[in-house]
Amino acid sequence: MKRLFSLAAAFAIGLSTITAVSAAPKKEFNIAWSIYVGWMPWPYAAETGIVKKWADKYGITIKVTQINDYVESVNQYTAGKFDGVTVTNMDALTIPAAGGVDTTAIIMGDYSNGNDGVVLKKGKTLADIKGQKINLVELSVSHYLLVRGLSTVKLSEKDIKTVNTSDADIVGAAKSPDTTAIVTWNPQLLEVKANPGATLVYDSSKIPGEIEDLLVINTETLKDNPNLGKALVGIWYETIALMKDQSDKGKAAREAMAKLSGTDLAGFESQLKTTAMYYTPKEAVAFMTGAELPKIMDQVRGFCFEHNLLGEKVKSKDAVGIMTPTKTLGSSKNVKLRFDASYMTMAAEGKL
Amino acid sequence: MNIAPARGSRILLAAIPFFLIVVVYIIGSAERRAANPDDKLLPPISEMAETSKRLATEPDRRSGEYVLWTDTTASLQRLLLGLGISTLIGLSFGLTVGLLPIAGASFGTIVAVISMIPPMAVLPILFIVFGLGELSKVMLIIIGVAPCLVRDISIEVQGLPREQMVKAQTLGASTWQVAIRVVLPQIMPRLIKSVRLMLGPAFLFLISAEAIAADVGLGYRIFLVRRYLSMDVILPYVAWITLLAFALDMLLGLFARKVFPWAYVEEPR
Repeated sequence: MKRLFSLAAAFAIGLSTITAVSAAPKKEFNIAWSIYVGWMPWPYAAETGIVKKWADKYGITIKVTQINDYVESVNQYTAGKFDGVTVTNMDALTIPAAGGVDTTAIIMGDYSNGNDGVVLKKGKTLADIKGQKINLVELSVSHYLLVRGLSTVKLSEKDIKTVNTSDADIVGAAKSPDTTAIVTWNPQLLEVKANPGATLVYDSSKIPGEIEDLLVINTETLKDNPNLGKALVGIWYETIALMKDQSDKGKAAREAMAKLSGTDLAGFESQLKTTAMYYTPKEAVAFMTGAELPKIMDQVRGFCFEHNLLGEKVKSKDAVGIMTPTKTLGSSKNVKLRFDASYMTMAAEGKL
Repeated sequence: MNIAPARGSRILLAAIPFFLIVVVYIIGSAERRAANPDDKLLPPISEMAETSKRLATEPDRRSGEYVLWTDTTASLQRLLLGLGISTLIGLSFGLTVGLLPIAGASFGTIVAVISMIPPMAVLPILFIVFGLGELSKVMLIIIGVAPCLVRDISIEVQGLPREQMVKAQTLGASTWQVAIRVVLPQIMPRLIKSVRLMLGPAFLFLISAEAIAADVGLGYRIFLVRRYLSMDVILPYVAWITLLAFALDMLLGLFARKVFPWAYVEEPR
């Protein structure tokens, strides 16, 4: 028996030395992304060498990796496998920040301006949703959009029933005759909307700025390596300038991005129409340092708290602090989500 | 191979791997917690116990349901329904295909082909045909499990000594009587064994179906809280599912030994 314990102890010590790899000064950084219209500049920049150009300028290496499943990419970041990830403002709060990983948003890429929507097969207005069974990815931005929509027609979640449906299968689910209401995002939304008799009754253009697509970095990594932030912002604005460009060069870039996201130029551009991109750092800085952002984040954290997304034991929505350039929401001792416009400001002032 | 452990040391030997897993987990968890007190990836066992207690004994804040029990009831209902129907199909079709050459010639190949279709691959078709309700979840289990049972039972029937059938027939038995009195009793132990082996796949299909579209169930809960990395819910659920499957397997084993003791004469213990 004694020998058994010493064996177990030796095994345990061996294991702990494997996991506790010491943190040497970092030169290599990993960024994860997943397919979404507003994030396609990342793989394009990696493919065309824009990432390497900026990384070389600051003497670092940046690896941009695609993760096929969005939630998995955010989970991997939270687990520490990546230094940064593309994520929405709500998921940045509920997954890494609520999980104790101090996270800083350095790029405000865009907001959904119709990319997320509620589709009814029976009914022509949102009020008709009452009493229906709704297929959506529960606890996602779709759920948030639905709750915001319900409040505009004086309904609450008690008046409907939600069925958790995987985003990968929601297009097939929408074809089933017993599915009557769907909330989803693009590109699936385009398919769902195209079903005979389907009506788009509410979409994210009614709540502009509330579903934001960000690039977030681990706060500690960013503090130790400000050059990483500078390089990423540099990459971003060079790439989306190309994305906006109306000449042949821009068209070629958009076509490449469309291909990378598995659609064609027409499909990609129709998704871009419902995405409010901040093409210049100046616009993005103005939004991040504006008075709107704290109000929006307050709405979002209220939803998250009511749905237990900040943790089961959390007693108030103030438990996880959110710092925006203008105002800090909630606990100032436990700030875990930060909006930092300083890197985008450098880009706006041409100081990169 | 001639050294057999005594009863006491056998239990100890069986416990060692479990003990090691727990030790490794505790060390990993403590280490992650030391680095980040809010870490969700490897919650300490005390926290998982607390969460499990809350899920099992306190009504949910929003729905007022006892989450663990409603999930378990819903999932077990789907599983048992799917497995039960598959067993019936496996028994009746397997017996027919194995015993009657005409049935074997006309259905043997199609069953063999169908049993090779990966059920997960036809999921979108199932959803469109059977909707998103309970039916499609039970159907997924049946499609995954029943063809394998049919094949297994028909092969078992074909393997029975031909002399038995001839003898029964010379004593005046009809085909029906041969099926019910000669073949059926002999394939029952095999049927239970196959169902025990299919418990794993059945659970796999159940959890997958619930992950894709559901509003209650063990798989639903796991894939829902996965969104915000609540490992303190996921890990106890995984343990609970394992325990349920293990208990079902053991019950079936005990039942078979009790009802068909003759089939277990050769087995040790």
